[in-house]
Amino acid sequence: MQRTHIVIVGNGITGITTARFVRKWSNHRITVISAESDHFYSRPALMYLYMGHLTYAQTKPYDDGFWERNDIELLRDYVRSIDTEARRLHLSSGNTLHYDRLVLATGSKSNRFGWPGEDLDGVQGLYGLQDLERMERNTRGIERAVVVGGGLIGVEMAEMLHSRGIQVTFLVRERSYMDYLLPPEESEMVNRHLCRHGIDLRLSTELREILPDEAGRVRAVVTTGGEEIPCRFVGLAVGVHPNVDVTEGSGIETNRGILVNTYFETNVPGVYAAGDCAEFREPPPGRKRIEQLWYTGRMHGYTLARTLCGERTPYRPGVFFNSAKFFDIEYQTYGDVAPVPREGEETLFWQHPSGDKSIRINFRRDDHRVLGFNLMGVRYRHEVCAGWIRQRRPMPYVLAHLGAANFDPEFFARYERELVAQYNARYPDRAVRLKKKKGLWASLTT
Amino acid sequence: MGLVNHVEPEVPVYSDRYDRSLALGEGGALLTSGQKVGMALAGFGLLLFVVAAFGAGPISPVKAFVAGLLVLVFGLVLYYTRSLAAPTTRLSKGARTGLVLFGAGLLGLLAAATGAGSLAPVFFFAWGIGLTCLGGLLYFRARYAGHPAGIRNDGLMHSATTARGAVGWLLGIVFTGFYVLLYWFPGALEGLIRTVDPLSHLLRGGPADQWFLYGTFYTLAVLVMGVRALYRYRHSRYQVLRTLSVMFFQLVFAYLIPAILVVLNQPEFYFSYFWPLKYSYLWPSDVGWLMAHPGGLGVFMVFWGVVLSFVATPILTYFFGKRWYCSWVCGCGGLAETFGDPWRHLSDKSLKAWQIERWMVHGVLVFVVVTTALLWINSATEGAIFGGLSQAYARAYGFLIGAVFAGVIGVGFYPVMGSRVWCRFGCPMAAILGLFQKYFSRFRITTNGGQCISCGNCSAYCEMGIDVRWYAQRGQNVIRASCVGCGICSAVCPRGVLNLENGPRRGRYNGPVLVERDALTLLSEEDVAG
Repeated sequence: MQRTHIVIVGNGITGITTARFVRKWSNHRITVISAESDHFYSRPALMYLYMGHLTYAQTKPYDDGFWERNDIELLRDYVRSIDTEARRLHLSSGNTLHYDRLVLATGSKSNRFGWPGEDLDGVQGLYGLQDLERMERNTRGIERAVVVGGGLIGVEMAEMLHSRGIQVTFLVRERSYMDYLLPPEESEMVNRHLCRHGIDLRLSTELREILPDEAGRVRAVVTTGGEEIPCRFVGLAVGVHPNVDVTEGSGIETNRGILVNTYFETNVPGVYAAGDCAEFREPPPGRKRIEQLWYTGRMHGYTLARTLCGERTPYRPGVFFNSAKFFDIEYQTYGDVAPVPREGEETLFWQHPSGDKSIRINFRRDDHRVLGFNLMGVRYRHEVCAGWIRQRRPMPYVLAHLGAANFDPEFFARYERELVAQYNARYPDRAVRLKKKKGLWASLTT
Repeated sequence: MGLVNHVEPEVPVYSDRYDRSLALGEGGALLTSGQKVGMALAGFGLLLFVVAAFGAGPISPVKAFVAGLLVLVFGLVLYYTRSLAAPTTRLSKGARTGLVLFGAGLLGLLAAATGAGSLAPVFFFAWGIGLTCLGGLLYFRARYAGHPAGIRNDGLMHSATTARGAVGWLLGIVFTGFYVLLYWFPGALEGLIRTVDPLSHLLRGGPADQWFLYGTFYTLAVLVMGVRALYRYRHSRYQVLRTLSVMFFQLVFAYLIPAILVVLNQPEFYFSYFWPLKYSYLWPSDVGWLMAHPGGLGVFMVFWGVVLSFVATPILTYFFGKRWYCSWVCGCGGLAETFGDPWRHLSDKSLKAWQIERWMVHGVLVFVVVTTALLWINSATEGAIFGGLSQAYARAYGFLIGAVFAGVIGVGFYPVMGSRVWCRFGCPMAAILGLFQKYFSRFRITTNGGQCISCGNCSAYCEMGIDVRWYAQRGQNVIRASCVGCGICSAVCPRGVLNLENGPRRGRYNGPVLVERDALTLLSEEDVAG
């Protein structure tokens, strides 16, 4: 009997997770096509390659023999077009490939906003391996660089350049770093931290144009304030958009991304899209239409694999979570923490005197039900926090058991007491006593 | 340091091929040609020193010494001036001062090694050993203290010293060569041994021998590089306390107390080492000798050894895992965690290495158990059954495992195979503790839900070659016999995913039960067979 042929375009976390679980649950033939790399590597690890923390091989989560052992075919090629009628792909190599089911997991592309000079030598975004190669060449021997865009990639680029001894000016449009996601205290903490590392942080500042030298390479940038900042490299980290190039002329419906329902089905039967490139026609509750996170890519792939293996499964992400690292400050978030508490929401916030650690717990004013956690420089346990949010636990319960959420290494200072004291001072009628402890001696007695 | 300069333009920098060139010792691709020439000259200078030290070769030792000195200095100057030109290794003034002092100290050591040490011991001790340590400390302070605390592994995979480049290989040869001289040609170290004579008189009331020199070097390496580790990991209290602990146990238990025992005319005994790592402590010869010692201390030492080997070890390992010993107390572990830290990432993470590891480390355990049993049976039967066989076993174990494996390979290969070669492939103590840890312990490394981004930092910096990421990305607890609990995986994780914990043994393998059903299936996914 002919095996069903599942062709996956893109070997990022979404495509590869799909392939791995399809293999686990079926004997379908699986082909993964990528133009970027021979093997799956961890995209979030790109910065560590440039910084010299890791080699390329170390960023690959599975050894090269894994794919053959698991009968997953890898193809290094680029899909030029899709013939959905004949269920056939036309590839750059000139070959064609027949599929029974097609999964589009093509990821994102870096944004550009038509700035004068954005195509000069030494100006680039950072998304894939080829970008990193270019960055390596573009930054060789230079002394000054400018990074544009106050998001996660922006701060990563700043850290990368900084690790090579390059002086970085960081242009951030917002009044404070990532204030559209982070509450003011956390945002301010990152501002301070960047400055401590010697980053020349320019808030409320945008790029106006990029100036060339005689050789057509970047010489300086001009900000919206009219200031000219000399530099030999410009990192454009102003967000990404879904990569939908592959759908052109195929009849697959797109908006900003490839439009899918909660089963990752496009308008064309047998064609699915997942990960960064997909856009939900109706997003799951509390979620965005386009999800561009590492773990959502993994969840998309897992869910889609079930459908491909005959068990049609809708996408149901659990409680929101995410994490990042701003130079040395680790950031974790669980649940819903708005940058400014919404109507009917309260926030409990504690900050370490050093100004580089904080814990925030948001809850509802009426029933004190916990809504979300924001951790800076402190580690909390995912399943405990998500569980409390899911079970709608009230603050007195959460605070009494807060020790169970702590995920910091042994001997680290603990801050549950401070939070409990603050809460008790604010709500004496609901006063809480801390119950659960964690640590070396506590673990001996459990 | 142009990363791309010396690679053909069409070869991507970040590729398997590039990684292979690192693994094959072609890390020189990262060096400028000036640096390469400098390294070659320095190597040649060292060779001339060896000639001088042995007093062999066609030229006189003095000429060889002078020539070696000149070539070495020139080579090092060339190497460092070239590397300073590179933006990645721009050094502060303090760091440069430190390096210069360190280099001057090394020259002092080399000068002492050629025999000059016996002429003016105090002078050469201060010049060679003193300046080397001082220079190192100054360098580490300048390098780390001025910057915000946090993980600083910048450039580690691009460096000729830490990525199996020219400097790494050269250091490997120097370390290995030192062990060969120490074990089999101590006469060649005479000049160096004499420089520690004054210290030996002070601590032990007698002249130094090669083992006192070795102990001094070893302890200083743990202390000076311990300071480096303290600077590097100062944001983590677990790392700070652990580093202080290995520094303390090395200085007090493995250096000062044995020396004081000698002064007091007692047996030289290391209270921080037990059978089977210190195999002879439970062999009939040592036990007999200690028991026969007047005053009762010898009896206590035998008692101590037996209790630690058979009672304390299982109990402590049950509660804390093998880390209580391997990365908090043991001298081998102490050296690996401090002196070996710059090379911790060089351990082999392949499946093949894991297979070899399991056969080898348990093979050594069987070897030492059999040898010990044979020796006791032979002793009890007064040689009636095994005759000379048990002694032959003991000699073979001492040579192959005690000297070649633990010393020459175990430490000599740090810059090439990582810092835990001995602990991982050879240590019988680690093997026993590992079995306890895997089957009868409360210790595990837990993973934090779905936060893993598969970046690979945890696996890369595991000195025991554990592919930590393989567990972390599945949300599964890490329970491995070889894990020494150094905690570096947890420290380098950029998403706070890993934590060393002691807890109930029930459900230890499964990891925490997630409250949300969807997340449970998504996070504790099993892997594809393979």
